[in-house]
Parts: sequence; C-alpha cells; structure tokens
Amino acid sequence: MLYRFARIVSVVLCLAVAAPAGAALKVLATTPDWAALATELGGERVNVYAATNPFQDVHRVEAKPSLVARARSADLVFATGAELEVGWLPVLIQESGNAHIQPGSPGYFEAAAQLRLLEVPSSVDRSMGDVHPQGNPHVQLDPHNIATVALALTSRLSTLDPAGAAYYQARSVEFQAKWQQALARWDSRAAPLKGVTVVVIHKDQVYLCHWLGLREVAAIEPKPGVPPSAGYLAELVTKLTAAPPRIILRNAYNDPKAVEWLSGKVNVPVVMLPFSVGGTPEAKDLVGLFDDTLNRLLAAVK
Amino acid sequence: MNARIRVALALVLAGTFNVSIARADDLAALRAELDGLKTEYASRVQALEARIQQLEAQAAAPAQPLTPGSGGSAGGTGTAFNPAMSVILAGTYAHLSQDPATYRIAGFIPSGPDVGPGDRSFNLGESEITLAANVDPYFYANLTASVTADDRIAVEEAYFRTTHLSNGFTIKGGRFFSGIGYLNDIHAHAWDFVDQPLAYQAFLAGQLAEDGLQAKWLAPTDVFLELGIETGNGDRFPGTRRAGNGPNGGAVFVHLGDDIGDSASWRAGVSYLDRDAEARAYADVEAGGAPVINAFTGTSRIWVVDTTFKWAPHGNPTEHLLKLQAEYLHRTEDGALLFDSTGAALNSDYRSVQSGWYVQGVYGFRPRWRTGLRYDYLDSGSARIGLVTDGGVAASNFPLLANASPKRITWMLDWSPSEFSRLRGQFAWNDARANARDRQLLLQYLYSIGAHGAHKF
Repeated sequence: MLYRFARIVSVVLCLAVAAPAGAALKVLATTPDWAALATELGGERVNVYAATNPFQDVHRVEAKPSLVARARSADLVFATGAELEVGWLPVLIQESGNAHIQPGSPGYFEAAAQLRLLEVPSSVDRSMGDVHPQGNPHVQLDPHNIATVALALTSRLSTLDPAGAAYYQARSVEFQAKWQQALARWDSRAAPLKGVTVVVIHKDQVYLCHWLGLREVAAIEPKPGVPPSAGYLAELVTKLTAAPPRIILRNAYNDPKAVEWLSGKVNVPVVMLPFSVGGTPEAKDLVGLFDDTLNRLLAAVK
Repeated sequence: MNARIRVALALVLAGTFNVSIARADDLAALRAELDGLKTEYASRVQALEARIQQLEAQAAAPAQPLTPGSGGSAGGTGTAFNPAMSVILAGTYAHLSQDPATYRIAGFIPSGPDVGPGDRSFNLGESEITLAANVDPYFYANLTASVTADDRIAVEEAYFRTTHLSNGFTIKGGRFFSGIGYLNDIHAHAWDFVDQPLAYQAFLAGQLAEDGLQAKWLAPTDVFLELGIETGNGDRFPGTRRAGNGPNGGAVFVHLGDDIGDSASWRAGVSYLDRDAEARAYADVEAGGAPVINAFTGTSRIWVVDTTFKWAPHGNPTEHLLKLQAEYLHRTEDGALLFDSTGAALNSDYRSVQSGWYVQGVYGFRPRWRTGLRYDYLDSGSARIGLVTDGGVAASNFPLLANASPKRITWMLDWSPSEFSRLRGQFAWNDARANARDRQLLLQYLYSIGAHGAHKF
C-alpha cells in the first residue's frame, strides 16, 4: 500500500518536473503591449499571457490568484519596470515558488531597463504625487522604444530557449523590417502634429508627446496619481480658456467624466486614444496601436 | 605589435609543444592564420568604434533612446541592494458606550488582552516598521516590528523565505502570520475595518502568528491551487508553549482561486489548525462574586472556510470596486478544565464545540471613497464541564462559559487621498457582551511612508 502510494507520488512529481520539455516558452507579460510584442517575436514557440487588459490602470492591479498561478508556470516575466508594477508584481513573483522569474534571473525582463527614460526626477518625495524615481515608466507609446525593447527581448528569448535562437532571430529581422517601414510611414504622417498643444490626464502620454512633438500644456491630475480638486479644475479652466489647447487626450482606460467636463467648459475636443493594444477595436496589434493613435490624433487636428 | 604577438605565441607554443617537431610549413600556416585573425579583429574594432560614435551621438541628443542591450541591468527595479523600508503609522479616536475594561465575548474563553475595542478617546495605534530584502540568491528576509502605544516593541513577523526552490515550492521560517483563513495573514493596515471579526477575536486572539516553519506548494495549473502545511511552537492562543521538545501541532490549508471574466476574481479555502494547550489560564468570576483563575489543558481544533470575491469594471478599481468576503470558523476544544487554580483547584473533563462567522462587503462608490458593512455572529454552543454535569460545582460559577450568541453589525466609510494615506470612520453595534450593547464609534488614520508596499489579493 505504502509502496503503491510512493510510486504514485513519484510519478506525479516526475510529470510535474518533466512536463516543460519541448513545450512552448511561457511568457507572463504585464501589459497587452508587451504580450503583443512577445507574440510578434516568439511566434509559435511562445505561449503568452497578458496579466492586464487595456482598460486597467497598470498602477492599480490586484495580485489575483489567477496571476499567481500564471507566474508559477512562467518561464519569462515581461514587465515594464521602473516601478510601474511595484504594487502587485512583487507579490506574484514572491508567491510563485518559481526560481526562474526572480529579479536578476534571465526569466525576468524589464522593458524600461533597456531604455533611456524621460522625466527622471532629480529628487523624489511623495508630496510630488506618485512619481517614479527611475523616470516615467509609460514607455510603450513611442514606437522607437518598441523597436529597442524588441531587440533586447529577442536575445533574451534566445537565452531562455537556445534551440529557438535562429527562429527568434528570423522573426526579429522580419519584425524590425516591418517596424522600420511603419516608422517611416508614421513619422511622415505625423508631421502636422508637431507643436500641437494638448492637455493630458495623467503623465502617461509623455513618450507619445515626445515622439510626435505634441506640446503638453497641462495635466488634469495636478500631480501624478492625485485626482484634481474643484479649485484646481477651476484654475485649469481659467488657464485653458485664456490659451486654449488644440485637444484634450484621454486613454481608453480613463474615466471620461473629468475630460468631458473640461472639454465642455473650454470648448476643446477630447481625443480618446487606445493607449494599449486592444484599447480600441482598431488597435488589434502593435502596428494597429500606432496607426489608430495617429488616425485619431490627425482626425482631431484637421 | 604584430611581431610581438608572434613572439609571444611562439613562446607559448614552445612551452606547450615540442618545437623540434613543429615544421616550417606549420609555422607559415600559423602566421597566415594570425594575419587573418588580425584583419578580422581590425574590422571588428572599426565596427565597434563606429557603434561607439553612434551611441555617443545618440547620448548627446537626449531625444533618442539608447541602443538596445547597452542599457539597463538584467535585474531592473526588482533588485535593490538595501532593504526596502516602510513605516505604517496608525491611530484611532474611540467613543464607546460601554467601559472597554468590561469587554468580553460572552460564551467564549477569553483569548487574550489584545482583543477588544481598545481604550476610549485618542489612541496611538501600532506603528509598524518593515525591513525586507533578498538575502542572497536563495533567501528573502522580512522583519516587521510594531511599536505599541505603551512603548513596547513587538516582533510582528520576522521570517525568511526561499526564493530559489522551483516547481511551486516555498518554505518560510521564523515568525510569520499563519496562512490559515483569508484575513489571518493580512496586516492590520490593510484590513477593511478597524478591527478583526469577532470569530477571529474569539478563536485566534485576533490574528495567529506562528513561530515555526511553513511549506507551500503551488500547483502547475492555470487555476490557482495552493497547499500549505505549517508547524511551530504553538505558544499563541489557542495553544500554549509545551514543556517538551518538538512542535506543538500545526496547520494545513488549501486555497483555490480564479477569474470570472475580465472584471471578477475569487479565492476560497479550507484550513485546519490543531493545537495543544497546557494550563491555558483565564480569569472569571465565581458565583459568589470572587475572581477565580481557571485553566484549560487539552486540544483545540479549528476549521476555517473562507471565500473572497472581488469585482471592478474590467478589473480597474479606480472608479468602482466591490469586495465580498465571508469566513466560517469552527472550534472543538477537548481536555480538562481546572476550576479556581489558585484556590479550590478542582479538575474535570471539558469539551466545547463552538463556531462563528462573518460576512462583509466593501464598495468603492467613487474614486478614493469606500463604504463597507460587516455582520458578525458567534455561537458558543454549550460547554460540557465535568464538574457541572456531576453536580460538584454549579454552572453559575462559570459565567463566561454560559451559552451566548454574540453579534455585531459594523458600518465603515473610508477616504484614501492617495495610495499611501487613509482616513476611516466606523460605527459598530456590538453585542459581544451578554447583556449590554456597546455602541462603538472609531475614527482611524493610516499613513504609509517608505517603500511602496505590494498587497496580496
């Protein structure tokens, strides 16, 4: 009886340990954008799970049981970094019982660590709101960043899955070619957006503004992560009435109330942007994300 | 340069092989190979120089991102050398209609002095200091100390945890909050109400900390399935420290959880705790009005069933959120009760089967504002005391063990100006005492400074 039990246990343990051989590389991406990029580069050799959907605020995500379960089996955690996911990702990694995805291991990859970040504060104090000491982490809205992260991710995928190195390399070359072509198209289309004045909600469109040359004149949040008070909004209305911006930007995940109220007060149109892959029906993939973002911006400034 | 390399190489070769064997054509071939290498390296150096120039140009223009692969560490933000430090400050103002010194949960053996609404008026709560970091590639360590209002420092948690085991295994050791139930391992500053449910107060003295070891295993499934087992010295209520070597009982728990679509997720669990108590003393008043100290020796077995459900539109809790949770605790205590241990010292068998549950809901009705409602219910059952059943001592000598069903309704409203601060008001109709309703108004502040904490589900 005991012998039989021991045999069953050992078989189960062997299965649990040996299962990954030959299986696809499991990637847990913190955002739909990173999930899309991992899929572009990894193709059928990867099995990608997005921890969040485009309507979530990545600052505020629950360390849900389902995510802990995904972290447990993941071969690679693909995060933004720069403390964007600090409120939940550490719990997933700690609870996962998975040595491969601990920070510092090849199975932990941060996009922000591959990039030069904007808005790196010279001093950090919480009275400034929810600032990130390493810089603004919302890097995915500059397509040049995507290309950079893609290169680093390709080599990381090859490290984790050496048998697929040639495959990842080929897909990477293909992706970079497609991306360079798209970049040329976007850059030429974006010319009319240069210098266009915009109002944002949170400081999460910095990279977009930087790429397109949009000029951010005000933010609806007085400080990052701090909702506006009535007094601040009144000031904003006075300021914006005197010098109206061309457009007010809102992300798909933002509640429309505040921007629409402001839009009505100062008579400036609101442009809803997908912000993430899947944020609008048109933003089906990474190319679609930027195509749609540009379409919406260009339609508004016409 | 070239000549020097050749000489050096020749010397090395001379040391390695017998030179006399090397023929002249071999040397010529070697020379050709070296020249080939030299040109190859020259072109590589040129390419690298070109890349450096390109990088420098990019660095000079801050607009451009760095070339891939050159920037950033493999670790990123998850790896800090110094321990992450955070401090939680808490305090309350209490307005209680009953004297808090008389607070008892009727029908239940008192679990300890920390249970109850605390003092009236302004109170400094526990200030919590946490230091945590990876020790090395194999372990993580965490210390949470609490400084109490009466200037005591208590070790709330001090544990190590493995980070290098794989296949879903984690081992924790030291002092840690037991993994039983849902609320037990959640720190006070993350509770949705100022105080713990009555069932936690009666059965676990609020929160069960374990000095011992815990092993957890997470199943390799897409559904969250976690098994845990722990053991320790058992010196916290309902156990006591025992004289012998070896652990005092332990706990096992299973947690299961998943999502329901984009917006909702849940977790449910069953836990079992087994503890021995030796002369676990409590104060009561005998029928004549004189204080007595009684003591329980025996086994305490507790079952906990917990469920938690969270909902937010698309999982985004900024505007609206709903959190529902319920737990049921069932305890059987079996052993002997010593009546008036410092006087008559009459011993007899004792058995009680008691249960309690709470159900609570918290709703975020607008950004930063939440309100919540909780209902508590306890059933003391009827304790079987040998001294009473055989007529030796009248039941009225055990007033605390008289049948009772304590209840409480709690309403709370809180406002969180940011992730790091919270102000809360709570009003409770507390029928924990047998015959007197306590109307409790508690106002609370919670401030968090230092490292950004990450919270469990």
